[in-house]
Amino acid sequence: MLRYPYFPGCTLRAKAKGFDASALASARALGVELQELENWQCCGATFPLQADNSFPLVSPGRTLAAARKKGDKLITLCSACYNVLKRTNHVFRTHRDRRDKVNAFIEEEYTGDLEVMHFLEVLRDDVGFEALARKVRISLHDLAVAPYYGCLLLRPPKELRFDDAEAPRIMEDFLLALGCKVIDHPYKIECCGSYVALEAGDLATSASRLVVESARSRGARMIVTSCPLCQYNLDVAQRGTAGANGRGLPVIYFTQLLAMALELPEEVLYFHGHVIPPGPLLRSIEVRGSESIA
Amino acid sequence: MRAGVFVCWCGLNIGGVVDVPKVIEEISSCPGVVRAVDYRYMCSDPGQQLIRDVIREARLDGVVIAACSPGMHESTFRAVAGSAGANPFRCEIANIREQCSWPHQDEPGEATRKAVELIRAAIEKVRGDEALLALSIPVTRRALVIGAGIAGMQAALDIADAGCEVVLVERLPFIGGHMAQLSETFPTLDCSQCILTPKTSEVGRHTRIKLLVNSEVEGVSGYVGNFTVKIRKRAAYVNWDICTGCGACTEKCPARVRSGFERGLATEPAISIAFPQAVPHKPVIRPDACRHFTRARCGVCEKVCPVGAIDFGQQDTLVEEKVGAIVVATGYELHPKAKVGEYGYGTYPDVIDGLEFERLNSASGPTQGAIRRPSDGKVPKEVVFIQCVGSRDQENGYPYCSKICCMYTAKHARLYKHKVPDGQPYVFYMDVRAGGKGYEEFVQHAMEKEGVLYLRGRVSRVFQDGDSLVVFGVDTLSGKKVEIRADMVVLATAIVPSSGAKELARLLKTSTDEYGFFSEAHPKLRPVESLTRGIYIAGCAQAPKDIPETVTQAGSAAAKVLALLSAQEISHSPIVAAVDEELCSGCGLCVEACAYEARTLDLRRRVAVVNDVLCEGCGACAVACPNGATRQKNMARGQVISMIDAMMG
Repeated sequence: MLRYPYFPGCTLRAKAKGFDASALASARALGVELQELENWQCCGATFPLQADNSFPLVSPGRTLAAARKKGDKLITLCSACYNVLKRTNHVFRTHRDRRDKVNAFIEEEYTGDLEVMHFLEVLRDDVGFEALARKVRISLHDLAVAPYYGCLLLRPPKELRFDDAEAPRIMEDFLLALGCKVIDHPYKIECCGSYVALEAGDLATSASRLVVESARSRGARMIVTSCPLCQYNLDVAQRGTAGANGRGLPVIYFTQLLAMALELPEEVLYFHGHVIPPGPLLRSIEVRGSESIA
Repeated sequence: MRAGVFVCWCGLNIGGVVDVPKVIEEISSCPGVVRAVDYRYMCSDPGQQLIRDVIREARLDGVVIAACSPGMHESTFRAVAGSAGANPFRCEIANIREQCSWPHQDEPGEATRKAVELIRAAIEKVRGDEALLALSIPVTRRALVIGAGIAGMQAALDIADAGCEVVLVERLPFIGGHMAQLSETFPTLDCSQCILTPKTSEVGRHTRIKLLVNSEVEGVSGYVGNFTVKIRKRAAYVNWDICTGCGACTEKCPARVRSGFERGLATEPAISIAFPQAVPHKPVIRPDACRHFTRARCGVCEKVCPVGAIDFGQQDTLVEEKVGAIVVATGYELHPKAKVGEYGYGTYPDVIDGLEFERLNSASGPTQGAIRRPSDGKVPKEVVFIQCVGSRDQENGYPYCSKICCMYTAKHARLYKHKVPDGQPYVFYMDVRAGGKGYEEFVQHAMEKEGVLYLRGRVSRVFQDGDSLVVFGVDTLSGKKVEIRADMVVLATAIVPSSGAKELARLLKTSTDEYGFFSEAHPKLRPVESLTRGIYIAGCAQAPKDIPETVTQAGSAAAKVLALLSAQEISHSPIVAAVDEELCSGCGLCVEACAYEARTLDLRRRVAVVNDVLCEGCGACAVACPNGATRQKNMARGQVISMIDAMMG
């Protein structure tokens, strides 16, 4: 069993419980123990762009320093946490003066030598997509799924080095391992509207609708993401439109699809509060999937 | 010592900051200084005459020029000193412009003090300088040109026409380079083949050009005037001495392979001649595709060859050539499309680059000049051209401008419009850079007379949708997002140096910039000379440039080569390393320290020696020598220490 320090982040203990629970259960089933950091606090939510204000680095800095004492990698799930922690780590590695300042404040001597990893990278590099494919119990080969990366997983590419920022493959390869039919679409790395949703809802809705429409028009029946804010925006943007006549696309976390494919108990999925509920679609697949395996 | 100090005002460049009269006053009292003079422009004719007059009148045996950087005018002033009877190597420069007045513009008092210190140090240097004599080296009156594109061919022709023998080496089996692939050329739209083939055939039959195609330079030793070059002539598996170029073999060959000349848009036989007008008109077998090599059976070409020229057992041969000068004309390649994920992941067949478009448009190309897209052969009705793909892109590509893309994109759009009059070309651009005779007019014609739609902005993504390509862009002049459903997309990808450029630079012991373009000795005043003497640069090996500029530069490089080869002997700076054999223990550290292979061990006498003509006077060995046996002439330890003392005191 591989063991890694794990940072869930606030949203995964509130609105995105299913993301957390499905990931932990799936990881365990695949031989990876995600060990939650003790007394973790907010990742900082957004990476501060002011070069002369290091205070917003305090919270993620504390997390990184704590994780380093538990191992040399830190696993994250939420795209926003991944982005903030990895970029903060980059500051620790490359800006000596800012590192010293934050370390002095948090009373640590952290140097930036931790690897901040996304769970998708663990699946690709430690579990391996081929090995994952062999562990799938319910094949999802009928399910047309559109991957949605959004911005935070990929950008800025020189700091995150997650995948080719213009032509990423990791989610596609993951979905192929689960047996899904992957729907490529041009908006998979465009912005969902992000926090604009709070101030100018219409603007965010129109951005999100472009994403959903680009996936739907190419035959997708579902969208997967790794960002709670993307999940919310893409789902809510469908309120009162396509959802009403049954053509809506459920938006779920990639780990929820993973848990289903591994045939884990339904309790880990926590589907609730969806504008477009994924239940009906997934149940129909599940039944057919089991039959095809049997 | 009878030294003279000459302080230049450089107009206001120095005089506007440094208090020159005060400098003169302070320097006049330095021991050994018999005259201190200032002048507004010391490098001008009257300035130079002033120096000569003072040297003669005051019988000076040491000269200090306080002016601009030695890189700029050291050789000028040394020649002036020499012409007045002083030893040129006892003339030193104190750089009071780049290292004083320019960086200290806001602190004139301090600048004046620093100028005095710099001059004092230079006076100390002159005091210790030996009166050296320039070394002379014999010259081999032949030249090597590496690369036979338009740059290399032009240089070779110019040198050969002037009477010197040229060895012209080309990596590919034919000459002509990228220009052979082009359809028409801007700004006159004359056919590239038509202006190129007279040159290729002239090169092919020139009695003073020794053409080595399918060959690469593997080793270079020696120095200016006396290079020895090792060239690998790769096996063609065809005996070219008896081959008549009839082409029977290429017609019967059963194996097909993607054609590099056609940029992968067509296939060719495993034994082939790249294109009908190729010089030399002889076939080459590609062993990676030939069935004789891959499956150990076939031999069809061998059977059909009427003269028995096929030779599967042919081996590479090594040729050694002695030359006095080398011209590097290795040309360019295009930034690979696959690296531009946002414009098609390198996978969409109808996203092509500029050279592929040239082949589509070429009468001898895969479509006989009809504009048909690669995927299904359909005539594209909407074509989007994207400029600056990889160029001017500090994040994901290269910061430099590839220079020719604005013009060739305008040309492509116009040629497309000529062949598909009902089609619509769009051009996404950042700026249109059309500096050149007839260039701006050419672009304006595309915009105003030919209906090419220019959109100022970038494209964020190209996406395959059904059988068309959707282009997401922005028009920054109207401030609107643009979405175009196109049938074909042409990328003006960045120009990058040929593969192997950096390795070749290492063989030649000269340098490239960070991208692999060969560095010129001076960007303005010595643009065709490399940093290594006797090695010259022409064409895109140095930086992106178009055909007219390439031809100009090649001619200029040829003129430099001819100037070198026209002398019986050439002189070499005597500022080289020297060894005190009494002190030398033969440890060999200097041999390791030398980047020019100028240091060797004399094993019999167990001392290190210096090959004066290879020594560039960098001083690395003098620093490495643990017991002070190696010293740099006119940069002795005592001399440097007294310079420092003069500055501090």
